[in-house]
Amino acid sequence: MSGRFTRPLDIAGGRVEMTHGGGGRAMVQLVAELFQAELGNPILAQGNDAALLPPAAGRLVMSTDAYVVSPLFFPGGDIGSMAVHGTINDIAMSGAQPLYLSAAFILEEGLPLADLARIVASMARASREAGVPIVTGDTKVVERGKADGLFITTTGVGVVADGLMIAGDAIRSGDVILLSGSIGDHGIAILSQREGLSFSVPIESDSAAVHGLVADMVAAVPEIRCLRDPTRGGLSATLNELATQSGVGLVIEESAIPILPVVRGACEILGLDPLGIANEGKLIAFCPPEHAEALLAVMRAHPLGRDAAVIGVAIEDPRRFVRLRTTLGTERVIDWMFGAQLPRIC
Amino acid sequence: MVELLPGNMARVSVGGAGQLASLALVEGVVVGDYVLLHVGFAISRIDEAEARTTMARIAEFAGR
Amino acid sequence: MRFIEEYRDSGLAHDLAAAIAAACQPQRDYVLMEVCGGHTHSFARHGLEELLPERVRLVHGPGCPVCVLPAGRIDAAIALARNSDVILCSYGDMMRVPGSKRATLIAAKAVGADVRMVLSTLDALGIARANPEREVVFLGIGFETTAPGTAVALQIARSDRLTNFSVLNNHLLTPPAIRAVLAMPADTPLHGLIAPGHVSAVIGTRVYDEFAVGGQAVVVAGFEPLDLLQSVLMLIRQINAGVARVENGYSRALNADGNRLALAAIAETMPGRRAFEWRGFGLLPESGMQIAEDFAEFDAERRFALNYVSVPDPKSCICADVVRGARVPEACKLFGTVCTPDDPVGPCMVSSEGACAAQWRYGRHRLAPSGEQISA
Repeated sequence: MSGRFTRPLDIAGGRVEMTHGGGGRAMVQLVAELFQAELGNPILAQGNDAALLPPAAGRLVMSTDAYVVSPLFFPGGDIGSMAVHGTINDIAMSGAQPLYLSAAFILEEGLPLADLARIVASMARASREAGVPIVTGDTKVVERGKADGLFITTTGVGVVADGLMIAGDAIRSGDVILLSGSIGDHGIAILSQREGLSFSVPIESDSAAVHGLVADMVAAVPEIRCLRDPTRGGLSATLNELATQSGVGLVIEESAIPILPVVRGACEILGLDPLGIANEGKLIAFCPPEHAEALLAVMRAHPLGRDAAVIGVAIEDPRRFVRLRTTLGTERVIDWMFGAQLPRIC
Repeated sequence: MVELLPGNMARVSVGGAGQLASLALVEGVVVGDYVLLHVGFAISRIDEAEARTTMARIAEFAGR
Repeated sequence: MRFIEEYRDSGLAHDLAAAIAAACQPQRDYVLMEVCGGHTHSFARHGLEELLPERVRLVHGPGCPVCVLPAGRIDAAIALARNSDVILCSYGDMMRVPGSKRATLIAAKAVGADVRMVLSTLDALGIARANPEREVVFLGIGFETTAPGTAVALQIARSDRLTNFSVLNNHLLTPPAIRAVLAMPADTPLHGLIAPGHVSAVIGTRVYDEFAVGGQAVVVAGFEPLDLLQSVLMLIRQINAGVARVENGYSRALNADGNRLALAAIAETMPGRRAFEWRGFGLLPESGMQIAEDFAEFDAERRFALNYVSVPDPKSCICADVVRGARVPEACKLFGTVCTPDDPVGPCMVSSEGACAAQWRYGRHRLAPSGEQISA
């Protein structure tokens, strides 16, 4: 591999420099010795500007996402694995089977190559485990201070089987809402790494690719109306988006929502609402009531859905409110926040 | 309160989630005590006997 | 979670609600003010008003330290933040509160002001030590609960001889606010006060004796559903019996004398009492804490020679009436239309303890539909 270059990349001690983004041989070396060495697969090895893909059987689904998380490394994952999981999940939310990913990197001048290698290796692992190869990519370098370490944009394509119509505007009154597992893990794991906050109990991000779970779910219950992963903004943002899109109201049972005690405690300390905290390995599903029991059983049979639960129901409501029935049996609105939650002081 | 730390600090825990807090505003707090936390400071020690009295009163009000 | 979960017991909550309903005398209304913003928030978050009979009416009081800050004070903080030598440290709650022309700290941050959110004054001290070449100003807001944290920071700043740290002091006192509310002519008289929980952990419960003497039933309450329901019941019983006493419903966390160390820290660093302009009340004498002479170098107002400029509230914004319980949030022409947590006109809508925010966030589904009110 290093035959064309005077010296191999100093991955252990080197840093990203402006030359690496210049389009010249430095960039070729970075791509060859760092990216391709880790991500290598036959399509990537084609080495052209675009990846030539075999024809796909079914309707195409495409999704793209940018990842700007800071810190880059956190308990349970890193920006790389998160980027792979996140885009696979977005594809899966249409009930589609993810087929390929692309990855574009914006690197900050000064980023240690060791960190970059670690992130790319993590992406490679996530991609391999999920069975979804990264087939094309791009690299740019920006001056120090312009990119928080690095930003990654991943795009994914997949195919949806015929007969599935899973969409955000398909929810009907009476549909049952299921959640695949505990909420708040990812957001709290991230907060635990930022300066100024420290948690003694390790809370791990739940970052995971859920397309296998989704495949089981749609095979068992093709009548699923909608799937969504509650990422930034948490469950409350996702529920509000969907209520608005479908023109229904939603009623959620507070006591049914799975939350890890340690996440609950962290939220209590910080004055945060767990419903507003990001998740990276969970999904909510809406399905006609007659299929809810079967769907729940299928979810619980999968390792990523072990703690799945029915958490609520869609109702007629022209005002499209998302309401919470509290543990006291009273009702209140689950608010759709404008920006990020700010920890309360009191 | 889970652990006393130097500099009049402590590690406190809620449901397993821990955080650092200053003990500058309380006295006589030991590991195992419960405290009221506000903006990074323990501002008061929870008195378990009073807590029991309060719960008993609540139960009485509730007709139990 | 001990001391939290058991105070949220649903069965007991419903039994207390039944006891409250049973205690209400026929033909009688009970108007209770919950002074503390944290209580407002807690009532709303748990939907507790649903459990109370209609004859028990809760009025929101001035205990939201962010809501009672006039726009001019926020302008002063923003102006300091825009000074390129300054790192302004602030609690999260202040970041989106609008000053004049709807300017906010978070908007200032977007155009380059170095504004940093902190969870504790100790974090601000850490930032000062880590950035010796910059001026670090901590925006001190809050009542007597939060003031001790600032007091300790001032003590540490002096004992550690920090030369780049100061406090922009907006700490307020609770009793003057309650006095001001009670002194106002009201369409409906107040029968009782749910006194603040955390503030009382610091100042004790004896400070409320003057209000009982004046005829108000007072119960100091904790923040969990059972605490609040219990307090409502205790107040109704006092009112029925025609007595006016101060009762401590939060005895597990506080006593009559308060927190000696916290009071001593305040007494050492911020002993003075100055007149302070409050949103809703105007200038209240001896209502703001004042940094002591021998801590003058840590007083940002003196350090930066700041002049406070009074700014009137935006037209149609009734925060001033809301914080003293004179009008309800829904009565505001701007509520939910022009003024929402997304784009607040007044602080009552953006502060997590504000009456308007609590009503909008948690309770707007109970309001009559108006026009195109969607859930977003």
